Amino acid sequence: MINLLLFPVLIPFLFAAVLLLFPKKVKAQRIVTMIGLLFALASSFVLLYKVKVDGVQALTLGSWAPPFGITMVSDMFSAMLVTSSLLIAFFVVWYSFSSIGEAREKAFYYPAILFMLTGVNGAFTTGDIFNMFVFFEVLLMSSYVLIVLGGEKVQLKESIKYIIVNIVSSSLFVITVGYLYSVVGTLNMADISVKLAEIGPSGIVTVIAVLFLIVFGIKGGIFPLFFWLPGSYAAPPIPVIALFGALLTKVGVYAIMRTYTLFFTTDVGYTHTLLMILSILTIVVGCIGALAYFDVKQIIIYNIVIAVGVILFGASVMNESGMMGSVFYLIHDILIKGALFLLIGIIIKITGTSDLRKMGGLMKRYPMLGWVYLVVAFGLAGIPPLSGFIGKLLIVQGGFEGDLLWQSIFILASSLIVLLSVIRIFIYAFWGEEKGEHLISDKKYRHLLAPAITLATITVLYGVGAEYLVPFMGDATNVLLDPSLYIDAVFEGVK
Amino acid sequence: METLIIMLIGILVAVATYLILSRNIIRIILGTAVFSHAVHLLILTMGGLKQGNVPLLKEADAPYADALPQALILTAIVISFAVTAFILVLAYRTYQDVGTEDLDELRGAKNE
Repeated sequence: MINLLLFPVLIPFLFAAVLLLFPKKVKAQRIVTMIGLLFALASSFVLLYKVKVDGVQALTLGSWAPPFGITMVSDMFSAMLVTSSLLIAFFVVWYSFSSIGEAREKAFYYPAILFMLTGVNGAFTTGDIFNMFVFFEVLLMSSYVLIVLGGEKVQLKESIKYIIVNIVSSSLFVITVGYLYSVVGTLNMADISVKLAEIGPSGIVTVIAVLFLIVFGIKGGIFPLFFWLPGSYAAPPIPVIALFGALLTKVGVYAIMRTYTLFFTTDVGYTHTLLMILSILTIVVGCIGALAYFDVKQIIIYNIVIAVGVILFGASVMNESGMMGSVFYLIHDILIKGALFLLIGIIIKITGTSDLRKMGGLMKRYPMLGWVYLVVAFGLAGIPPLSGFIGKLLIVQGGFEGDLLWQSIFILASSLIVLLSVIRIFIYAFWGEEKGEHLISDKKYRHLLAPAITLATITVLYGVGAEYLVPFMGDATNVLLDPSLYIDAVFEGVK
Repeated sequence: METLIIMLIGILVAVATYLILSRNIIRIILGTAVFSHAVHLLILTMGGLKQGNVPLLKEADAPYADALPQALILTAIVISFAVTAFILVLAYRTYQDVGTEDLDELRGAKNE
């Protein structure tokens, strides 16, 4: 019973509310946002330490005993995700200073980001399924604001579809929660887990499991529900895409992993096989998309889809290596997608186009950008010792242990396609003859490059220092594979 | 009673689906509004439409009515109200800027 786990949720909320008071003072907005994020980041590191030392932390609000009050739970998995989402937001905000433009900064850009973080961190932390719906709505509402902010024609056209898809999926979420409530009579996630284990395998529970997969699959972008993703994500400016690509799909993935390890463990033969098949198909579609386009944004956006498939494949095999690989890969993907979007954002700013055929020869004037991009691209493809390697290695190992030989080989092969798709950007943009003029000053280039390089360095450290992270990942995996740890923490002192 | 309400929900969902599948933005938005009504009725039904006393423990005899679905509906109504208001404004703004309310003509990317 500590309030600490609420801090990463409440600090962004508080600072966002304060920021609403003086929208026109850009400098003050920037400073206050940075201070807020640093405070939130500090609290999340303290939380990480606390969870490492004392195990899963739970708090039931309003002095109601669980399962009646709304419970917030922070296990290692959610604490790590909270930390990395704040980390990404910090770099994206830093990058925004010289990228997003004053018009947007004056139109509640920073408060929207902080409100979105409230929703994201809340969804990661909550231990109550209806409360998760509420936090989803908080983050979606802020994402609606971010996707239309600026009001360019493309944004207006694409955001309508994004919003309609999300409204329908939110309604489906409520329907699913309604069904679940009618079966178990509770909304507390730990309590649901206990009740579902008592009920055992049953048809309606499997239906609910598949419905949850549809709901979170729409948010996370799994096959065949990713159809809205490439169009909508390409519309807003780069910092917003970086936030969406790094965080929003991952919230859906987190929710699938949480529900499929905590709730639906009675009919694994059906539900997890379905998840496995869909994740493989997701990778196939992502690979096709990543190779099909000459638009740098689209290439990276389809790489999001591929990563979602890889993470969910690791989760679907339900053994220790696979699950640990998924956790590793999930955090890696949050960091590396953020870094990649920031870097291609610089390329787009320099050349003024996102079409690969119209750019070239950047290596001569911007060698630093080229090398950093190359390192991040290798990290994405999983070349050792960079950050993608260890996660993919564990996922494939988990696949072999789970007798999924061909699927695991397929995942390995997909890495090559990922590598090809990002190296294509490198070849077209950095090699060859110089084309067109360079549209930004050296000063602005340096300002944009600083956050991107720092984030890229963090991804490299994440890969090289993987050995030091293993105890943390181990804790996260243990809670995912053994729900009793989660349940005991929530009901501590009640039973 | 539950059967009747479930059939009503079914009709509402059918209407909503029909509206959402059309090309006009306003019809789609109305469709999502009808859909959310269906969802709210569903939550109420899932809690069981049983006859029970007010859920004030010890003030009245059991069985008590289930108070939780009502709390959930309240939250869901507020959220769907806000989202519908937002998307209506956005649809109007899009109409002003792009000059169409046909979803087929609202394509962003060139090579889509």
